[in-house]
Amino acid sequence: MWNLLQIELFKISKRPRTYIAFAAIFAIVAIFQFAFKADGQSYMDLVLQSVKDSFELDKSKAINGYFMCYIILNTLLIQVPILVALIAADSISGEANMGTLRLLISKPISRTQLILVKFAAATIFTIFLLLWMAITALFMSLLVFGADDMLIFRVKGEESQIMQITKDDIMWRYFAAFGYATVALTVIAALSLFLSIFAENSIGPIIATVCIVIVCTIISNISVPIIDKNVKPFLFTSYLVGWKGFFYIATNAEGVPIKGSLENWPAIRKSLFILIGHILVIVWASIAVFNRKDILS
Amino acid sequence: MKISNYMKTSNSLFFSIGLILLSMSSQAQDATALLKKVKATMDKVNDYEADGRMKTNVTFLKVPEAEVKIYFKKPNKLKIKNEKGISFVPKGAVSINLSSILNGNDYTVIDAGVDKIAGVNVRVIKLLPLDDNADVVLSTLYIDAVNNIIKKAKTTTRLNGSYQLEMTYGKYVGYALPDKIIFTFNTKDYKLPKGVTFDFDDGSESKKTATPGNKSGMAEIVFDTYLINKGVVDANF
Amino acid sequence: MSSVISVSNLSKKYGNIQAINDLSFTVNKGDVYGFLGQNGAGKSTTIRMLLTLIAPTTGEIHIFDKKLSTHRSEILNNIGAVIEKPDLYKYLNAYDNLSIFARMSGLKVSRQLLMNQLQMVGLADRAKDKVKTFSQGMKQRLGIAVALVHNPELIILDEPTNGLDPQGIADIRNLIMRLSKEMGKTVLISSHLLSEIEVIANRMIIIHKGRKIIEGNVAELLDPSHTVIDIDAVDNEGAKAALGTSRWATYLQPGKSLQLMMNKELVPQLISELVAMNIQLLSVNSSHSLEKYFLSLTTNSAHVEPFTN
Repeated sequence: MWNLLQIELFKISKRPRTYIAFAAIFAIVAIFQFAFKADGQSYMDLVLQSVKDSFELDKSKAINGYFMCYIILNTLLIQVPILVALIAADSISGEANMGTLRLLISKPISRTQLILVKFAAATIFTIFLLLWMAITALFMSLLVFGADDMLIFRVKGEESQIMQITKDDIMWRYFAAFGYATVALTVIAALSLFLSIFAENSIGPIIATVCIVIVCTIISNISVPIIDKNVKPFLFTSYLVGWKGFFYIATNAEGVPIKGSLENWPAIRKSLFILIGHILVIVWASIAVFNRKDILS
Repeated sequence: MKISNYMKTSNSLFFSIGLILLSMSSQAQDATALLKKVKATMDKVNDYEADGRMKTNVTFLKVPEAEVKIYFKKPNKLKIKNEKGISFVPKGAVSINLSSILNGNDYTVIDAGVDKIAGVNVRVIKLLPLDDNADVVLSTLYIDAVNNIIKKAKTTTRLNGSYQLEMTYGKYVGYALPDKIIFTFNTKDYKLPKGVTFDFDDGSESKKTATPGNKSGMAEIVFDTYLINKGVVDANF
Repeated sequence: MSSVISVSNLSKKYGNIQAINDLSFTVNKGDVYGFLGQNGAGKSTTIRMLLTLIAPTTGEIHIFDKKLSTHRSEILNNIGAVIEKPDLYKYLNAYDNLSIFARMSGLKVSRQLLMNQLQMVGLADRAKDKVKTFSQGMKQRLGIAVALVHNPELIILDEPTNGLDPQGIADIRNLIMRLSKEMGKTVLISSHLLSEIEVIANRMIIIHKGRKIIEGNVAELLDPSHTVIDIDAVDNEGAKAALGTSRWATYLQPGKSLQLMMNKELVPQLISELVAMNIQLLSVNSSHSLEKYFLSLTTNSAHVEPFTN
């Protein structure tokens, strides 16, 4: 199994398209950092426009490395599924397209093993992608913008909130958030892998994955009670942004944040379980479908 | 208090009107004198640098207690800084600098009698700006006439709602510098522009607040130390 | 002689289409077994079933006397295959491709082993070149290197000469000969050309529309006594009458055309006697009856009569 995984990772590492994802992340992060370095004030003015008459804030301190990473992740984590799909959706379909799938299947490896190895490789790719994001979006931002307390602007139900987390209480939240994001993106990897079983080139499954993510995300963001109650809990995309839960700090009765706390850990834990459940079901389905599939490519 | 004054003098209308006018004018002079004394106490401070802690209590703002430095320089420069982190500083907090209210003579002074704050007798004095276009419509000061210090100040503005300062004094009472200020102010409700975030909806219901629109907020500053008249560089403002 | 492949009553249905219909055959140890059929006859489907790419609808496959469905890994470990086009990872070089598939067969690979293998197919000097720069023939050779690297007992080659130039075809033939004669491997080779099977296979099967037409030794099936002679003369009726009264009458085939079936050795005598009988000849063609039959499958695929000698 380890031998197969090494082979799989070797193949991924030799493909030019693997590095597209890393380059894309770097480019997006760098553009963000440049834009905020040049004109972060406008962004702050925008988010704070309704209270700008009541409060004064040192905006240059508010736009710090921690805040930047949050802003970047907020945007980037919507696009990263595409990058994960780029590799994961190629898992089986790419081999079918190249004609190597029939050779793989005629080797003394079970199809179950092959799916598990492909899934493991896609997961490792996802982890590397997130590590790269951590390096660029978090550590590079800290280098460029420095560290300070972090402001979280959030809409909770009917009301908007501004939460402040002190700078010594942030790093562990990012580790947890990146961990959570890994699980969330692994669902995408599993989904792409599943779809790639049915196709003979990777374009179809990439587009299908992206479409599913976009459609579900749109539905997840429609605020209609009937959808909120009956549809959203069943969409995995509702849980993709759960990493933010690690930045929702609990407050005491006076509204003062409690250091080291989470507002709703049970909700995050539940989301994690739901995502892991998705992964298990999708990988199981992939194995079941792939084992019954006639390889005609 | 004011009403009871009127009641006492209601026996004879003419007499009482005369008395009221007389008492108002003498009291007004009295009040102006008191204000002068207060101002004199405050004038002892040319500048200060203080260490303190600021607690903010606004419904939409979940911020920790901040260690702050407060810089003041005559006539009306004031800055609250959080050097260890970031802080939302209520804009009206500049009026912690009361001398800005007392500066100049372009207001009418009305003596509004006496009251009690935390068991201490205080004189209530209202200031009406003469300029019809001034933002401040009315300021009410509650003055401890023994120490010549302002214990409480309420200010009503045309555009920025009303705010209130409550001060507790300790060892810096001689300089009219409080140990603690509670600043109550009006703020608009915070509304995040649409489309800025995709939030994680954890399924918990948020409790709806009763009054949308304007909210009252509170900031409490506890002063630990003052460095008085040691000079503060302008770069701090 | 023990059997290496034993297929019994194999069928495969895709929806309503019967791709393979009750197919049985046996490949013995050391055979070069020709798997002959027109395009679409079911050769590839059968080969894919032997390699577990496709699951049979009914029937059983035994390889090395073990049931394929239950001893899959064990069996596949001992098979090397090139299925249709020899497709490999285009973005990897020849060496890496070979290395990957060798390791997948559970082999402990050494540089020496891989280079030897590349040497054998004449690609040692191209080891570090990406496969996307290779010609069809080079890919084919690399594909064979991949199929052979783990030293399997059974080698399955699906149309290995497709798309090759004459030199390439000759190279493949020589290689198969060597594998069989020198190394004692069992080889199953599919083709749609009888002429190709004829020269390298010792046993063969012809399938058509998923059914077996005939299976046997190539020498017996292509027995020269079953050579068909087609004669075209200026006066075919006259020639037929003349032959009907000669000693060749027994070889004369019924039907309109002038056709005889006999041992190929007799053809020169026949021609000289026809000339002696003053029959003016336009052409004399000899071909094997099986070849003729096989060709008829292509031209007349709607109706297939069973092959009879």
